[in-house]
Amino acid sequence: MPRMTRRAFRLLPVLLAVALTAPAGGQEPQGQPRVHVTYWEKWVSFEAQAMQQVIDAFNRSQDRITVDYYSTSLVDRKTLVATAGGDPPDVAGLNAQNVATFADAGVIQPLDDFIRGDGTSDKEWLARYYPIYARICSHGGHVYAGISTPAVMALYWNKTLFREAGLDPDRPPRTLAEFNDYSRRLTKRDPKTGRLTQVGFLPQDPGWWPWIFCRWFGGSLFDGRRITFATDPRNVAAFEWIQSFTKFYGLEDVKLLSSEFGPWASPAAPFFTGKIAMVFQGVFYDNYIRQYKPGLDYGVGPWPEAVPGVRDFAMAEADVLTIPVGARHPREAWAFIKYINSCNPNARTRGELRGAELLDYLQVKASPLQVWSPFFAEHNPHPHIDIMRRLSASPDAVCIPDLGIWQEYFREVISAFDRVRLLDATPEEALGYSQARLEKSWDRYRRSLERHGQWSALGEVAP
Amino acid sequence: MTRSERKRLRSGIGFTSLWIVGLAAFTAYPVVASLYYSFCDYSILKSPVWCGLENYHQLVRDDLFWKSLRNTLFYAGLSVPLGTVVALGLAVLLNCEVRGRSIYRLLFFMPSIVPAVASAMLWLWIFNGEYGLMNGFLNPILAPFGLHAPTWLADPAWSKPALVIMSLWGTGNAMVIYLAGLQNVPGELYDAAAIDGASAWQRFCHVTLPVIAPVVAFNAIMAIISAMQLFAQAYIMSEAANGNGNASDGNPARSTLFYTIYLFSTAFQDLRMGYASAMAYILFLVTALLTWMAARLSRSRHGDAI
Repeated sequence: MPRMTRRAFRLLPVLLAVALTAPAGGQEPQGQPRVHVTYWEKWVSFEAQAMQQVIDAFNRSQDRITVDYYSTSLVDRKTLVATAGGDPPDVAGLNAQNVATFADAGVIQPLDDFIRGDGTSDKEWLARYYPIYARICSHGGHVYAGISTPAVMALYWNKTLFREAGLDPDRPPRTLAEFNDYSRRLTKRDPKTGRLTQVGFLPQDPGWWPWIFCRWFGGSLFDGRRITFATDPRNVAAFEWIQSFTKFYGLEDVKLLSSEFGPWASPAAPFFTGKIAMVFQGVFYDNYIRQYKPGLDYGVGPWPEAVPGVRDFAMAEADVLTIPVGARHPREAWAFIKYINSCNPNARTRGELRGAELLDYLQVKASPLQVWSPFFAEHNPHPHIDIMRRLSASPDAVCIPDLGIWQEYFREVISAFDRVRLLDATPEEALGYSQARLEKSWDRYRRSLERHGQWSALGEVAP
Repeated sequence: MTRSERKRLRSGIGFTSLWIVGLAAFTAYPVVASLYYSFCDYSILKSPVWCGLENYHQLVRDDLFWKSLRNTLFYAGLSVPLGTVVALGLAVLLNCEVRGRSIYRLLFFMPSIVPAVASAMLWLWIFNGEYGLMNGFLNPILAPFGLHAPTWLADPAWSKPALVIMSLWGTGNAMVIYLAGLQNVPGELYDAAAIDGASAWQRFCHVTLPVIAPVVAFNAIMAIISAMQLFAQAYIMSEAANGNGNASDGNPARSTLFYTIYLFSTAFQDLRMGYASAMAYILFLVTALLTWMAARLSRSRHGDAI
């Protein structure tokens, strides 16, 4: 080996050590090194860009913590596996439906100690949210999550199709009876073939939350001790209503029309192409309308009154921020979650927005917090922010039940929904079948929690 | 064992030690551990609690377990024979002396190297009830009879047959193996059969098939194993065609709830790893049984085929 090469070879370990210990990009400030918090989140595109801006604001707001954002597909499964492997992220951006299951499975840790460490109680901490979002953050009497972005669902209608059907485009249906009537009047068939060309409403579009129809009809899915999917007659009534659409339109006609539908987030989505006149969609839907069907003349309103007296029924969901068990920097992760779940209530300019409001302003969504700053309330870019705020605050807003077996429950609801809408079973049969399966699942789940000594600690489960 | 043999053994083990460690850590240990977990109440992050045969008892009484098994056997029962016939038929045709034979071979093999996700997206469009290529072809034929082609993936009655049809897209691998087998059939056997007055069909049945029987048996066994593990295409297509955000329930109406999809949702959505491990062992036993039956059938017909 030539002498020069040998010398270079000896220098290699030294160079490697320097490279490994040197701060990345040479951007670390002098003095105390910053703690790097790893944050896995499902978002890509504009939602990720918005979050990155908020992270940058957080990183600038103090000199101790740097949050590193990683767009992660299938973030729930990857968090689960990484936590099991002992190398989880510090913050995991999950979905509301993960909270109870992951909490019971020991994937995410309660935030109670952090909240108490800040000199507040869980109750005081949760009081910042609209009550429905406070429920989403909690499980079994503990706080397990903060909200990253909330979603409240409302009725979207196509004003052009309303006009064509002779309906007032500025007056959405206010009751269930009106909704059914509008739906029929908005249905069109090809005069030659008799095939459906347009429907007023189709329960399977988008089909993400068929359980919500039970709650809309006043039913419950769980009474705190027992599964009530088939035993609550209001749920059966909701599924009869779902089936009435297939019976009215005709099964084959619905199948044919549905096969023309493109993905919901595409220009071929049925609401954008005018094949469906009314849909229940979330606060995020306006962004997609702007992207895929700019110029669409549409309105947004509350759900029609299905139960007399319930005027502002709404369904809420949320993306949540959690700290997995075994996270390396839980305190710093909590500092970030706290930032995202707070705001500057006095913000009067765009530059003064902070935390939740900055994120929701950039993502064009509503805030989950009860207090809105003057700028956020008055200059919100969401075209229907008032109705979204009203529905978020509604005492009749509902969310998924706080159940560790929710994933199974959800699959059973989807199965019953498919069987009913495809006229494969009567609502009683479909719900009865699912009820029997879910009762077994709940008994088994309870037994498993008892085996692991968790049942007594879980306390009463909220319906 | 002599001293030099021992030395060679040590060298051999040394050179293969990395592979042995990999096999032990990433294959042998998980296989043994999952057998243990199949007798436990285990949800990944909590300590497994021994529950004896409870998971297996629950499996026997779980109608979704039986439904997913039925769906899988239905798919395997159709796709394996159909795939075998199509692959063998293509191989026989591509074994003929025609101009541009290598181009045809390439064209028929190419689909099998398309990634599963890409081919699933392609077939989604082919099976689209309104705009799809399949119904664009079928509807003009059916229209005079007042019929309409099925909506395939959106129809519980047609979703599994659609996946069977799609499975033919990937017969290129089997076709290449058949082609290799066909090229090993001695030409003199065909000459002797021709002299005896055998027709082309008789030559195929009495010369070609017996000679390539081990290849057929091998391909059939591989196809059975692959069909029993069907996951990616069904998972993607059932979600994309029905779009309710729940791919792991075999949409529509659980008509495409295949065994591995149910296993996956049990393990990674419900976090019932013990139950999923029990399911995995049952799948292993079912696949082993089918493989044994296929090998036995082949042996009884053609001697020691494989």
